[in-house]
Amino acid sequence: MATIEVNNRTIEAEEGRMLLDVLSEQGINVPTLCHLKDLAPSGACRMCVVEVEGARTLAPSCACPVSEGMKVKTHSPRVIRARKTVVELLLSSHPDDCLYCVRNKNCELQDLAEGLGVRQRRYVGESRRAHLDVSSASIVRDPDKCILCGRCVRVCEEVEGVAAIDFIGRGAATEIGPAFNTGLNTSNCVNCGQCVAVCPTGSLREQSHLKEVVDALNDPEKCVIVQHAPSISVTLAEEFGVKPGKDVAGLMTAAMRTLGFDRVFDTSFSADLTIMEEASELVHRITTGGKLPMMTSCSPGWIKFVEQMYPDFMENLSTCKSPQQMLGAVIKRFYAEREGIDPANVYSVSIMPCTAKKFEAMRPEMAKDGLPDVDAVLTTRELARLLRMYGVDITAMAPDTADNPFGQRSSAGKLFGATGGVMEAAVRTAYWMITGEELADLKVTAVRGLDGVKQAKLDINGQQVGVAVASGLANAKQLLEEVRNGRDDLHFIEVMTCPGGCINGGGQPLRTNPEAVKARMRALYKIDREDTVRTSHGNRAVQRLYEEFLGEPLGDKSHDLLHTHYQKREIIG
Amino acid sequence: MVSNVKLQEVNAVLEDYPTAGRDALIPILQQVQKRQGYLSPQAVIRIGEHLNLAPSKVYGVATFYNQFRFSAPGQCHIQVCRGTACHVKGSAGVLETIQRLLKIEPGQTTRDGRFSLEVVACIGACGLAPLICCEENFHAQVSPAKAEKIIKQYQKKVTTDG
Repeated sequence: MATIEVNNRTIEAEEGRMLLDVLSEQGINVPTLCHLKDLAPSGACRMCVVEVEGARTLAPSCACPVSEGMKVKTHSPRVIRARKTVVELLLSSHPDDCLYCVRNKNCELQDLAEGLGVRQRRYVGESRRAHLDVSSASIVRDPDKCILCGRCVRVCEEVEGVAAIDFIGRGAATEIGPAFNTGLNTSNCVNCGQCVAVCPTGSLREQSHLKEVVDALNDPEKCVIVQHAPSISVTLAEEFGVKPGKDVAGLMTAAMRTLGFDRVFDTSFSADLTIMEEASELVHRITTGGKLPMMTSCSPGWIKFVEQMYPDFMENLSTCKSPQQMLGAVIKRFYAEREGIDPANVYSVSIMPCTAKKFEAMRPEMAKDGLPDVDAVLTTRELARLLRMYGVDITAMAPDTADNPFGQRSSAGKLFGATGGVMEAAVRTAYWMITGEELADLKVTAVRGLDGVKQAKLDINGQQVGVAVASGLANAKQLLEEVRNGRDDLHFIEVMTCPGGCINGGGQPLRTNPEAVKARMRALYKIDREDTVRTSHGNRAVQRLYEEFLGEPLGDKSHDLLHTHYQKREIIG
Repeated sequence: MVSNVKLQEVNAVLEDYPTAGRDALIPILQQVQKRQGYLSPQAVIRIGEHLNLAPSKVYGVATFYNQFRFSAPGQCHIQVCRGTACHVKGSAGVLETIQRLLKIEPGQTTRDGRFSLEVVACIGACGLAPLICCEENFHAQVSPAKAEKIIKQYQKKVTTDG
């Protein structure tokens, strides 16, 4: 430990740790535009500079290791002047259209300009040429608003192992973009949206489906059906100032009705359905010598990642569609008919924590006879925008319950929202399928928590089943390499594209910090702990769907509606 | 077919670097460009595969340096010197004229593949500034009007050649 002095206050800190981390733990607020917790410092933005006694220049605290006896000033006049100048220089080439920006009032650059008291444009730089990249189904890229902090580049490479984008060119002409500076749609971008989540400005945002949804809600011909993903109910409230970890499922359902959705369904129902199919598939593969380890297929970023970078593992992917697509298919191909609604008049909306779900919904395999299974996908942020647009205050709602039959869920389906949740739900049901009994303890502790890779050996009826869970594609890559190099003790691998799973998805409220992710995870575990139906096979609505319509898991109808196939993709194009 | 031949050229360069890491990227890019005249998307992807780098990373490094180009050179490759002496003697106007006539920017090739344009820092003949170099022929003391004449000349020449 070293003793240092910060703003005349004595602080004990571990020697060699970066000053910025220490300061933020001490509640000393030093701004940064480029630093990301847990990633290597880049020192690009110079916002976190501090004055260190005896040093000739100001030091970037993100890359300044603590040393014994250091004396630091974090808000001296010199420091504040430097920060203000940095912001003014950034603004010199930044568009002035804050009022029209999707990040208005939620922009880190705007906050800093405000906080540092920038009141006039002291420097006038050349504004960059606009070429909005709207080519991607999921993400809009606006290089004009980019401040070149490099967070998106680092997240894409270090957390997701994709590296779809990088700095292009140099000097004042530098911009960030995919190889050959083309559209994201022809790059190896997997659409996860982690870049959107870390972007300090409005340079990266989701491809919005709000207008289409509003139009459908106002179309008297349309029966507008909404489904919401397992993680939405534990994150939406944050958009309205509630602290992370509050489950608002009932309030959210009521709010959706107020917005005019004709039916409110729960994607956790089809998560249960996914488990029935996927656990059956796993048991089938294990008993008949099928391709192992089987890998989950719920996370669309991961699917595209395998298709383009690890096509030799496509056979390992479960053929199950994701819960979003399963419910979409069941709504249009079964429910509409049963209710006497023309499927062409059904407008199916899903609320997802994810930008890649927008891409998934547009995949050609996810449509039949020209009708897509899901018509529009809104992120958690877009749902919040829709609620604000309609003046709906979710905290003032009286809780309501979702519609039948697809509003019923088990808490296993709800667990899909966190890393390890699909695995836990699948283990509960696979155990039951193999042994005919319920697991003695439904809680599978080994696959819980926020570790990037989690592994366990489970004993099912005397057979050792090896399972692994990875979140963040860089972690998944590690596992894939091990399997490629001959590791053969694994039967089932769950992969979530985003670190921590959907609760930390690219469509979730901005400025999510690790504490918020933990709180969201705890909220899901609490729901599971307190629920009475905790297994997917225990979901009565799922059982009835099989009795009435589907027959049995992996049956003909299931294959037609609930399963899909994959195709190798070129890395570019 | 053509692209197969081209990829073979790239592979031939890579054969000299069987176990190379990312530090070999720049020499590889230089050699591929030397053989092919530019870095094609296929070449960038192939080099990335070999070095275990994403195409965006290879492209990012390559665009940092002035020496790499990403479109095939035209039949007539024009270099415009923008060094200090040429600048003082008005090379900005020369460059602008050529850009206007050919409707391309530095680093680009006309759609018909006849002309490509490159800005170079100094040709080393400052006494003759401003200079341009077309098909390895030097043209000295070029004014915008003279540049127009030169371009027109090559336009005729390249057409009749082609």
